[in-house]
Amino acid sequence: MNIQHVQLRNITKRFPGVLANDRVNFDVRAGEIHALLGENGAGKTTLMKILYGLYQADEGEILINDAPVRIKSPSDAMRQGIGMVHQHFQLVPPFTVTENIALGLRSAREPMLDLDAVGKRLRELASRYGLHVDPHALVWQLAVGQQQRVEILKALYRDAALLILDEPTAVLTPQEVKELFVTLRRLTETGHALIFISHKLHEVMQISDRVTVLRDGRVVGTVATKHTNTKELARMMVGRDVVTSWDKPPVKTDDQILRIEKLSALDDKGLPAVKNLSLDVRAGEIVGIAGVSGNGQRELAETLVGLRRAESGVVSVAGRDLTNHDPADIIAAGVAFIPEERMTMGVIRDFTVQENLILETHAQPPLARKALFDFDKIAAHASQLVREYDVRTPTLDTPVKSLSGGNIQKLILARELSRAPRLLIAAQPTRGVDIGATEYIHKRLIEQRAQGTAILLISEDLDEVLALADRIAVMYEGEIVGVVPPNTPVDQLGLMMAGAKRVSS
Amino acid sequence: MKMEEQPQTRSMPGWQRALNALALPVLALFSALLLSAIFILGSDPVVLTAYAKFLSDPGAALGISWKTIVDAYHALFIGALGDPAVVSKELSEYFATGDTKDLTLAFYPITESLVTATPYIFAGLAVALGFKCGLFNIGAEGQIYVGAATAAFVGYSVEGLPWVIHMPLTFLAGTLAGAVWAGLAGFLKAVRGAHEVINTMMLNYVAFNLVHFLLNGPMKRGGATGHIPISRNILESAYFPAVFPEPLRFHFGFFVALLVAVGVWWFLWKTTLGFEIRTVGANPRAGRYAGINISRNFILAMALSGALAAMAGAGEVMGLNHNLAEGFSPGYGFDSIALAMLGGGHPLGVVLAALLFGTLRAGATKMQSLAGIPIDIISIVQAFVIMFVAAPKIIRWVYRLKGEGGFETVLMRGWGG
Repeated sequence: MNIQHVQLRNITKRFPGVLANDRVNFDVRAGEIHALLGENGAGKTTLMKILYGLYQADEGEILINDAPVRIKSPSDAMRQGIGMVHQHFQLVPPFTVTENIALGLRSAREPMLDLDAVGKRLRELASRYGLHVDPHALVWQLAVGQQQRVEILKALYRDAALLILDEPTAVLTPQEVKELFVTLRRLTETGHALIFISHKLHEVMQISDRVTVLRDGRVVGTVATKHTNTKELARMMVGRDVVTSWDKPPVKTDDQILRIEKLSALDDKGLPAVKNLSLDVRAGEIVGIAGVSGNGQRELAETLVGLRRAESGVVSVAGRDLTNHDPADIIAAGVAFIPEERMTMGVIRDFTVQENLILETHAQPPLARKALFDFDKIAAHASQLVREYDVRTPTLDTPVKSLSGGNIQKLILARELSRAPRLLIAAQPTRGVDIGATEYIHKRLIEQRAQGTAILLISEDLDEVLALADRIAVMYEGEIVGVVPPNTPVDQLGLMMAGAKRVSS
Repeated sequence: MKMEEQPQTRSMPGWQRALNALALPVLALFSALLLSAIFILGSDPVVLTAYAKFLSDPGAALGISWKTIVDAYHALFIGALGDPAVVSKELSEYFATGDTKDLTLAFYPITESLVTATPYIFAGLAVALGFKCGLFNIGAEGQIYVGAATAAFVGYSVEGLPWVIHMPLTFLAGTLAGAVWAGLAGFLKAVRGAHEVINTMMLNYVAFNLVHFLLNGPMKRGGATGHIPISRNILESAYFPAVFPEPLRFHFGFFVALLVAVGVWWFLWKTTLGFEIRTVGANPRAGRYAGINISRNFILAMALSGALAAMAGAGEVMGLNHNLAEGFSPGYGFDSIALAMLGGGHPLGVVLAALLFGTLRAGATKMQSLAGIPIDIISIVQAFVIMFVAAPKIIRWVYRLKGEGGFETVLMRGWGG
């Protein structure tokens, strides 16, 4: 399959009440990486689904090598040499890599499988593109980065000349991102065309040749990467300048709100995850916990809010011992929690915006008297929060599952902060959230700090920790390896995150 | 509004949504009747003989097929809802002469359908309420028997009370017994993590055998001669009164069932306890963090579910049979699992589904006597309806209905996955 040039011309796609794509022009050539940048809901995914045959455009046309084509289904797209690597992998975990590649393809020896032939060609492809993966490995045993390689190999095996990568770095560690970028470069050198969908600016700057920015379904502009910078791209995406650094007056008090003393907890497998950990957070202070994920951060947060048993040690809030108390008690003591897994713990997907906003306080006046809800009060409470926290929702009765990630996070923030908490535990508050929403959430955290709330910010995003925290505690294998000020050089933090160096606090 | 991912969730008018929700079950019923026709043909020896000579006389085979199907469904319809011609004739006669005797007979079929729908409503609500808390109560049948046995006992043993006290007391006693019975399964799940499917299933056997024991021992009717063990009759002061004169069996329990359905809806959507139950059912992890006691809600939901199922049993004793007999329920509790699914777990849906099941069951008897079609055909119709409702994609595909993104998700699998 030979693709020199793919053009999307004047693509318009309407959904009831929404203009998802409005006369969008986009093109990609062999040998280049064209980044498609935009906030959640800007129309990136819709445009790519049209190119991949999952949606049909209402107006406009698609040209491959200057000839108009009709792409009515993903199999049409594949026949034209277009492949897509989805954000959520489409693999069968109990199958081997080879079996996953062979899935859905005709075998040369029907009705018998011919996995040997598949494996052979797979190895050729893997070595040609440097995508090393064991053909006999079971997919569930592979690291996320390797699974993504399998996805890319799957597309290459089907002779894809144009690859659409939908937020490919969202699930990868920094090291895996580096490896992915090497692969992408090699693919362009061999004449593939690549579309790289992202909302992460520095990655786009690093990997792409050209950038097209979408906003509200329209193309804001297409620029050569070497002639632009992150600040300009952010402005194009959001439509205004974006704040990334915050002024924080110094912490005024010495009021200890959260005190953790020699806390230990186990993970789901029963292995020690938090080990003899001590830390404190003062009123009006943000303490950031930095660290590579899987070093006990999730278990620490869950133990603090009463969802996981502390094996030993003490957790106290404003002088009150809350070790191994019920979540209800801990909530009543003024602790708010923004959980890492917002879809499974933060909200109830099938419940409405309104219902999600009253979780935790649903049984208390003024929302309920005795066991009966006061629906007028609930609606007033909910609509005030939706307005105040800029949650974009059609109605209060819209199920939460149809909101975007950023809006769901704002909803959780609204619910948790509306209780005027003494202590806020925020775990990965901006993961997978677009720039506008990230800026908004940061602003709210800073405001909350100014009001005297103690904030424990757990984040894998070092930039976020550096921008917000007054002190940074680095966590490694369940322990705090050091507490350092936010002006600590990134290299040194990196070493600490790898467990190499201890700094006494 | 930025809503790229779910473009379908725009608000549409309420009636349109209701119509959409109804389209699927109605088409499922239609398809089920269509498919069941094949089984009706297969069960009829006359039709089979005609098909043996299909090559020499295809017209006869097709003709007799058509006639058999029309006869069967005609009988089903008349058996379930009454014969429109007879009804209108008796109505005009009633207005002319004021004679109600024949009129009541004309209405007999439709009231029988409602009589059968009554226990279905109660038991369907029981299973649906369990669903809302994420619990699968498959013990409704046993709870029906426990409720019936308790109601029967209170109904005949407590004497000298006026109707206004004895009737509610009897109903409450049966209800409470069901609550305790199922609450036990809830308790075991809450404290020991024992799965409610296993527990309620096992409790079914305990209930069946308990009733067997009671009817052959303590509750045995003195001097009973029939083959089926039976209890004494309950006192009239414990009756759900009949709404119409004999021989119509339609009783007051139907209205109680409707009232209870409204109550269940009100409880689930208007009270904090109902909200907590729904929260636990939708996402126990989030519920736990919100300070909701999961164990307590499991016990509460299970007890309420058992109470509702027991109402079906108590209602049958108080409104229809006026005694406890072994095997008095033809599997209302088991059918209600399917019925609750058909009703989408919503009280209104449950009532509609119960009316459908009641109608089919009542009509089936007539279909057997008039057209000679085995009563089991109705089980096949029911099974098809449930299959189609459980697999909505088939119906959407056959009738080219616009789905809720159903096809997109199929196509989303990408590379031949």
